[in-house]
Amino acid sequence: MKELQILLVEDNEGDILLTLEAFKELKVSNTVAVVRDGAEAIEFLKKEGQFINCVMPNLILLDINMPRLNGIEVLEFIKNDEKLKKIPVVMLTTSSSDADIAACYERSANCFITKPMDFEKFLDIVQSIESFWFNVAQLPKTAA
Amino acid sequence: MNQINILLVEDNEGDIILTTEAFKDMDMESRLTIVRDGEEALRFLKKQDQYHNAPTPQLILLDINLPGIDGKQLLEIIKRDDGLKEIPVVMLTCSENDADISDCYDKQVNWYITKPIDYDKYTKVMHEIEAFYVSFVSYNK
Repeated sequence: MKELQILLVEDNEGDILLTLEAFKELKVSNTVAVVRDGAEAIEFLKKEGQFINCVMPNLILLDINMPRLNGIEVLEFIKNDEKLKKIPVVMLTTSSSDADIAACYERSANCFITKPMDFEKFLDIVQSIESFWFNVAQLPKTAA
Repeated sequence: MNQINILLVEDNEGDIILTTEAFKDMDMESRLTIVRDGEEALRFLKKQDQYHNAPTPQLILLDINLPGIDGKQLLEIIKRDDGLKEIPVVMLTCSENDADISDCYDKQVNWYITKPIDYDKYTKVMHEIEAFYVSFVSYNK
């Protein structure tokens, strides 16, 4: 049985709520851990402080505009770390700027998805991400 | 609507036909170019020889077993090349082996997808790749 461990890196409380709701409706078992800024994301991935016993994700949903470290900086950290770089990273952001898109692919983001403002569309997108990554693609096993 | 250029790197004629058919059914404008081995893929991507006017693809579908440079080696070359690494690569393979999956993500594959043997399922997977990519993913122009 495949398991889906997701790390959501997002500072907007509304988007956190929506994403968690979308994942709740899924039939497959999944766990979503939430961190609210880039620095916290890195602490989580390095299992520092309160995250010492955290389960490593096999998919990361990463916002771009966040306090402390932004998403592009977090992406760069992940993709330059030998242990972490295999974890697929989905950029999930309100940005649709060509510069952000290019910057993220250059830093090996696995895909770049623009968040819609509309509630229904947002749910649709989160569910499509999950269903695509879970049912169509294969994910690496979670690291220890 | 933008046209999407897709490069399929595949040596198996059956899979080439299946993939071409699956993409024909879609409403969207995708242009599928087929190359049959890794060396030819590199000439296409680097716009060499007969490919000097080739478009840069927005998506590469890459078979893992190829004659000459295999899929994993080609993936590594693409993802280490500053001019090419931004192009999303889907690894298409029959292998569900955890080591292969992990190895391809280590080499920065964008998606690792197992090819179903069954015709209908194969077509469905191709449609899902295209639909997901076209509907939701933003890519470089």
